[in-house]
Amino acid sequence: MKTAAPSFIKATMAIVQKDLAAELRSRELLSAMLVFSMLVILIFNFALELEIDVRQKVAAGVLWTTFAFAGTLGLNRSMAVEKDRGCMDGLLLAPVDRSAIFFGKAISNLAFMLIVEAIVLPLYAVLYNEFRIFQLGFLGVILLGSIGYIAVGTLLSAMSVQTRTRDVLLPILLFPVAVPVLLASVKASGGMLAGAEFAEILTPLNLLIVYDVIFIAIAFMVFDFVVEE
Amino acid sequence: MQTKPLMLKILDVASIIVLAISTYLALVFAPTEAVMGDVQRVFYFHIGTAWVGLVGFVLAAGTGIAYLVTKDMKWDRLEVAAVEVSTIFFFITIVLGSIWARPAWNTWWTWDPRLTTAAVTELIYIAFFMLRQGIEDPERRARFGAVYAILGGLSAPITFMVIRLFRTIHPIVVGSGEGEKLPLTSDMRVAFFFALFAFTVIFVDLMWHRIRLGSLEEKVEQLKLKVSM
Repeated sequence: MKTAAPSFIKATMAIVQKDLAAELRSRELLSAMLVFSMLVILIFNFALELEIDVRQKVAAGVLWTTFAFAGTLGLNRSMAVEKDRGCMDGLLLAPVDRSAIFFGKAISNLAFMLIVEAIVLPLYAVLYNEFRIFQLGFLGVILLGSIGYIAVGTLLSAMSVQTRTRDVLLPILLFPVAVPVLLASVKASGGMLAGAEFAEILTPLNLLIVYDVIFIAIAFMVFDFVVEE
Repeated sequence: MQTKPLMLKILDVASIIVLAISTYLALVFAPTEAVMGDVQRVFYFHIGTAWVGLVGFVLAAGTGIAYLVTKDMKWDRLEVAAVEVSTIFFFITIVLGSIWARPAWNTWWTWDPRLTTAAVTELIYIAFFMLRQGIEDPERRARFGAVYAILGGLSAPITFMVIRLFRTIHPIVVGSGEGEKLPLTSDMRVAFFFALFAFTVIFVDLMWHRIRLGSLEEKVEQLKLKVSM
């Protein structure tokens, strides 16, 4: 007889493993996110004419906009795959806690986002000679911001795939609700790039953590209502 | 078909009367503000509409929770009514604020915390209606609407806190803060509190109408189902 906690973690990990294995074989999601990210950065390059003095000020904003856009692409796809091939019904039939499905999807979505970031950040650093992004604080903010963004995004993508206007709807639902996490991330990571005092960065950092905790908890609580038939 | 309740008829008349009195108080009775002049008179309605707008949004998050707990459609009707009426009032608030901002700040719009939060909140609730439009099943529509109203109600205050990290130029009337304070004379206070009262009455009246409309809609839907069977 197993206790509930290990089986919950096992179920979560099984979903993560399934997503990662599927992605490893098809690579459709990651390649789409990566190419899209590079295109967004390319467009920013021309739209903002990223001269040296400008790009030092807007680097955090450009990076976060890129990640947010690429993120919706991945979130949409990852949930649409479940829906289209009827995987979601199978998952729901499985005798596991529904929130294990949420955490499984959220963790694999986060993994995709972090992989994309791990490739885009060095590329950005090389392209724009911006090696200040390789500091622990900056990468930590990227991680915290991605966690919050993915937590809300996973929940909302589970909702948007069940609507008529599915692909169009996710960014419309996600962006206004994710404004705090994007703003706090830009503020904190921008401050780090500019070499600001730690006290100055502390407030957005705290708000970022508050957002992450609240929205992971809420998504965990309401996910049941989103997937029930 | 049920007839309009007497109380609602009385409330309709009362709404018109209090709106007329409030208009008189704001435009004639209240003294002209020394620094800003007549344009300050817009402020009474600006606060009045903002107040009911906020009440409606808090109400929407509350009824969202109530619906998820009880699964009673009456909470859904209340929620839709609250969001719909508040979205309109909040839009009026923003427009009135812009009218005031043009002479006072010399710009129609500025990315101040309150203005930005207002804009983001308005977008959240427009997204709320787009989400509901894409779902045919009334029960699922109610569930998703409730989840999104809760997310929106939580995200808006965090947005406000995050943007507050940047400086504000919005005057602070109620509560404490380091911003510029608006001094109110006693006659202004009468007009101010009466506007709050008037818009509360109007809000209740419109809510009532919208809830009645909601239950009529539901009846029509049921009758249509019966005919088609």
